[in-house]
Amino acid sequence: MAPPRTRRPGFSRRAQYGLFFGYVVAALCALIGLVLLIVSTANPPAFAALRAGVAEATAPISGAVASVDRGIAAVPQAIGHYFGVMHENAVLRAELARQHAVLTRARTLSYDNSRLKHLLALRDRSTGTITVARLISSSASSTRRFALLNAGWRQGVREGQPVSGPDGVIGRVLETGPDTARVLLLSDPESVVPVKRTRDGVPGIVNGRGDNLLEVHPVSLADPAFKVGDVLVTSGTGGLYPPGIPVARIVSRSRDGALATSFEQPDTLDYALVEQAFFRAPPPPPAP
Amino acid sequence: MSEPPPERFAPSAPLVQRLGVPISSVLLGSLVTIVPVIAHYPVLPPFGLLMLLGWRLLRPELFPIWAAAPFGLFDDLVSGQPLGSAILLWTISFFAIELFDQRLVWRDFWQDWLIAAGATAFCLIAGRLIASPIGAHVDTMLIVQILVSVMLFPLVARLVAWPDRKRGRA
Repeated sequence: MAPPRTRRPGFSRRAQYGLFFGYVVAALCALIGLVLLIVSTANPPAFAALRAGVAEATAPISGAVASVDRGIAAVPQAIGHYFGVMHENAVLRAELARQHAVLTRARTLSYDNSRLKHLLALRDRSTGTITVARLISSSASSTRRFALLNAGWRQGVREGQPVSGPDGVIGRVLETGPDTARVLLLSDPESVVPVKRTRDGVPGIVNGRGDNLLEVHPVSLADPAFKVGDVLVTSGTGGLYPPGIPVARIVSRSRDGALATSFEQPDTLDYALVEQAFFRAPPPPPAP
Repeated sequence: MSEPPPERFAPSAPLVQRLGVPISSVLLGSLVTIVPVIAHYPVLPPFGLLMLLGWRLLRPELFPIWAAAPFGLFDDLVSGQPLGSAILLWTISFFAIELFDQRLVWRDFWQDWLIAAGATAFCLIAGRLIASPIGAHVDTMLIVQILVSVMLFPLVARLVAWPDRKRGRA
C-alpha cells in the first residue's frame, strides 16, 4: 500500500508543528493514563461513579437483548430435554432410592436442631432480602470476572452486600450506581469467601482462580484433607455472607488444598438475590 | 472489485459523517461487552481495540496519534479493566505503529496483520498483568483470547473497509 502523504509534513512549518503537537498530546495522554492506572490500582473504587454512569446507559440494552436471547436459547434446550428425559428418569429413580435413608436422617437432625436452638434461645440474625434482579452482562474480554446487576442504590443495593442465586453464592456487590451494580463473581482472582465443610464443619477459604474453578485452602494445616465430593457452605466468618449458603463442591485435590466448582453457574442464571450483609458495617465514627 | 472513480467535483461529505462513522464503529466495538452473557472465561476479543487498529492501519491519516487515549478511556469504562490501562496501552501501541509507519513504509496486508497481532497481544498481556494477580490461572484462556483476536483481525479489517467506502471523502 502506498504511504499516505498527509503524515509527511514536508517543508510546511505549520504541518511540522501540528504533527509534533500531536506527539506531545499523545505522550501527555499516556502519562495521564499511567496516573489514572496507578490511582485505580491503589484505590479500586475510585472511578466507580464513571463506570456506573456508563453502565446505567448500557443496562437497558443488555436487558432487552437478554429477554429475546432467552426465548431463542430455550428452543434447542427444550428439544434436548425431551431426548434426555428417559435416561434422566432412570438415573433419578436410582438416586431417589439412595437418598431416602439420608433424607430420613437429615429430617431427624433438622428437627433436633430446631428444638435445641429454641432451647438455647439462640438468636440468629435475620438477613433480609434487599432485592431480586437479573445479572445482565459481564466483563467477557477482561481477565477480571465482574458481572453487571440490574439493580442499584435506588433499590437499596449497597457495596459489600452478598449476592446469591437459587443454587448458591454468586458473589458480592463491588460498586453501585442508581440502577445498576457491579458484582465481583466468585471466580474472580481476587474474590475470597470463608467457608466450612458440611461434613464436619472444618473451616476453609475459597479463592477464585479466574478460570471458573475455585481454590480451597484449609484454615489450619493440621486439618484432615478435603475429599472429592465434599460440599462447602459459607461459614459466616467475616460478617459478609450469612452462614449456610452453598458455595462449591470439591472436584479434585491439590498439593495444599483442593479445587472446587461453584454450585451457582451464573451464565445459566435468571435471577440473583441481593441480601443484607450478615453483620452490618459499624457506623462511621462521629466527626470531631 | 472495481470501485467507481471518485467524482472530482462532488461536494465533500459532512465532517460528522466522515469522522462520526469511524468513531462510532470503534465505540460500538468496545460496547460488545454489554452482550448479555455471563462469561466464565475471558475469551471475548477486545473488539474496540481491533476496530481502532483496523482504522489506524487502513487510514493512517484519519485519527491523530492521541485519539487512542479517549477511545481507551471509553473502553476502560465498559471492559472491567482498571481505569487507565487501555488509555496507556493503546497509546503505547499507537506510538509503536507510528514507528513502524516510518520504518516500514511500503506494506502489504500481511505486515499490517502482523502489526495488529503484536499490538493486540501486547495490550491483552499487559492488561492481564495489570488487572489480575500473577497467581491467577487465566493464562491459558489469555492465549486462546489472543489467538482468537489475531485470527479475527482480517474480518475486522473488512468490517472497517466497508464503512470506509461509504463514509464519503473530504
